[in-house]
Amino acid sequence: MPQNEYIEESIKRHGRRLDFAERKRKREAREAHKSSQFAQKVTGLRAKMYNKKRHSEKIQMKKTIKQHEEKNAKQKDAEAVPEGAVPGYLLDREGQQRAKVLSNMIKQKRKEKAGKWNVPLPKVRGIAEDEMFKVLRSGKTKAKSWKRMVTKATFVGDGFTRKPPKYERFIRPSALRYKKAHVTHPELKATFCLPIIGVKKNPQSPLYTQLGVLTKGTVIEVNVSELGLVTTGGKVVWGKYAQITNNPELDGCVNALLLV
Amino acid sequence: MAEEKANVIAQFYNEEGVASGPALSLPVDVNQEHLALLLNSLLGTEEDPLPYTFEIAETEIVNTLDQDIIQSGKHSTEETFKIIYRPQAVFRVRAVTRCSSSLTGHTDAILCVQFSPCGTMLASGGGDTTVRIWDLNTETPQHQLKGHTHWVQHVSWSPNGKYLASAGMDGLVIVWDPKTGKQHATLKGHQKWVSALAWEPLHLNSACRRLASSSSDGTVRVWDVVKKQLEFSMAQHTAPVMCVKWAGDGLIYSASRDKTIKVWASTGPHPGKLVKVLSGHAHWVTTLALSTDGVLRTGANDHTGKMYKDEAEAQKRALQRYEQAIALNPERLCSGSDDFTMYLWPNKKEEGAEGKKAAPKRMVGHQKTVNHVSFSPDGRYIASASFDKSVKIWDSRDGKFIASLRGHVAEVYQVVWSSDSRMLLSCSKDSTIKLWDIKTKKMKMELPGHLDEVFTVDWSPSGDKAASGSKDKTLKIWKY
Repeated sequence: MPQNEYIEESIKRHGRRLDFAERKRKREAREAHKSSQFAQKVTGLRAKMYNKKRHSEKIQMKKTIKQHEEKNAKQKDAEAVPEGAVPGYLLDREGQQRAKVLSNMIKQKRKEKAGKWNVPLPKVRGIAEDEMFKVLRSGKTKAKSWKRMVTKATFVGDGFTRKPPKYERFIRPSALRYKKAHVTHPELKATFCLPIIGVKKNPQSPLYTQLGVLTKGTVIEVNVSELGLVTTGGKVVWGKYAQITNNPELDGCVNALLLV
Repeated sequence: MAEEKANVIAQFYNEEGVASGPALSLPVDVNQEHLALLLNSLLGTEEDPLPYTFEIAETEIVNTLDQDIIQSGKHSTEETFKIIYRPQAVFRVRAVTRCSSSLTGHTDAILCVQFSPCGTMLASGGGDTTVRIWDLNTETPQHQLKGHTHWVQHVSWSPNGKYLASAGMDGLVIVWDPKTGKQHATLKGHQKWVSALAWEPLHLNSACRRLASSSSDGTVRVWDVVKKQLEFSMAQHTAPVMCVKWAGDGLIYSASRDKTIKVWASTGPHPGKLVKVLSGHAHWVTTLALSTDGVLRTGANDHTGKMYKDEAEAQKRALQRYEQAIALNPERLCSGSDDFTMYLWPNKKEEGAEGKKAAPKRMVGHQKTVNHVSFSPDGRYIASASFDKSVKIWDSRDGKFIASLRGHVAEVYQVVWSSDSRMLLSCSKDSTIKLWDIKTKKMKMELPGHLDEVFTVDWSPSGDKAASGSKDKTLKIWKY
């Protein structure tokens, strides 16, 4: 007979052996195999007793699992009324895009007046001039360096013609020009490929706005007439603002989020 | 030859083609008022003159005879003109032009509004499962009726104004007492959502006891609201029934998504017996309209606003009004469908007259689903609202196309006529309501103001107000 709690005492004094955790894990892993071996081998009364015990264990286990599942699963409220009521004549019709009227004009105007934009990307990384522009050397001996090439994606309007080389201070490479943007409607959770109308504001600097540089966080105006949104006055909305959410110069496409 | 003094020979005919008075020599610059004066004296009604419209070969005289008929080049001054005159409503409804109040209270989209037959109360039902009754004098909420557990799709006043019935997605039909705002009866039985309700016309039953409801489970049920139980049920449709109408001759019409319209008897030894099946549509039949809808809805209430002492007197007046209406234009049924067409079904009289089965008139022209059709209260015109952004006007006699009213930039959901049949309101997904003039067939007024799709609109039978319900959860009252 053991005298006193000498094992616990020893653990308290000296700690466990260093591989205790590992041995324990292994023993536990082996447990299933061991019990299975026993279950296959056992016969007679012992088998009967063992099976009975195992049976009640299993029931208990299943009950516990079910309880946990119930706790995790979201309970459906029987009384809840679903959102988005529609009249009977619109029920069961497929392919209906139920776009909400996005803005009311007054709200948007008020925002514009305050000069504040509640935009999805409120802060942008600053871009230094030497990252934005590449210096092009010109002149016979390549001694002049007043020419700049924009190294970011740009939007260039339809009617643009390049100036003669002598007067062209900023070159916007045609490989980095974009005419369309993938605009996501935040409420419809749908994305549309829409033509860009213009660059409203590049947060980096007014110069970039003027040049039509598309960087992350830039607010662009897109043509949403395809979406069929209407104003409260019953006119079709033509242009709406969207903010660019990716780095177009790295990704090769322009992704934007519609500002509602 | 002095042209401005040219005269033409003309003779007046009524709508049936019977001549009234002798052929007359008229100056070509005669206008509508002159003609009306002349006709009233011919018919001996100078004391109490009636307004008329005049047509020559289906062209209405709007300005003068010279401008409208002769200068169009189709007619010369040599021929004898056959002027067809049509009586108009003796009262005039003024066009609604402004929003007098925006009523908030519903916490979800408003799906249905309806004025009471006398035009003094307004009921609305919405996605927030409540039905609300509004006081129109002060434009404030009066009662909030709670009882449904799902969206309320339809509200309907009984023609005597004593009950208000509402039906919803929960399959319940609830009858309310609008004076106290208490539940009168809850009618359970439908397995799926109820799409439409129709009361028995007042001239058939002075107490307004019976109510028909159509449901998505394919049945039409007729309830007794006094006994608060099911009277009989009609279940032969194989798809959801979208619309039900109770005609003045006692027949019940139901339109279903199984592409048919079925006609049922409501009286006789076998109530609920299938009388006829009207088939022809190639897709869901979504909407029905009767030429007597305006009269049946208002019952005994006419433009004079007279009150009746007892039910029998009101019933007598309702019968009188119904008979007046069918004397002018026999009761007809028009149906609109998802196959972009409408059908004008021949009535009993026409079928009998020709000996064989008269073919229904097919009205084509819309390019998308016809969502709503509505007869003018005098039964002369049919207006149809379609998802192709247009409202079209049709002649209710022969189903001929008259005009297309364009102006909405999105789907048009519903149309409603003014009680004098001179104007039309349409509501649309583009968040506006537009007022159209039937005489000029042009837009008279645009009523913006809602922030979202306008699902429903109704014009008061007394004509002084219109109401609209929108997805933006507000109810707007429009006035002149």
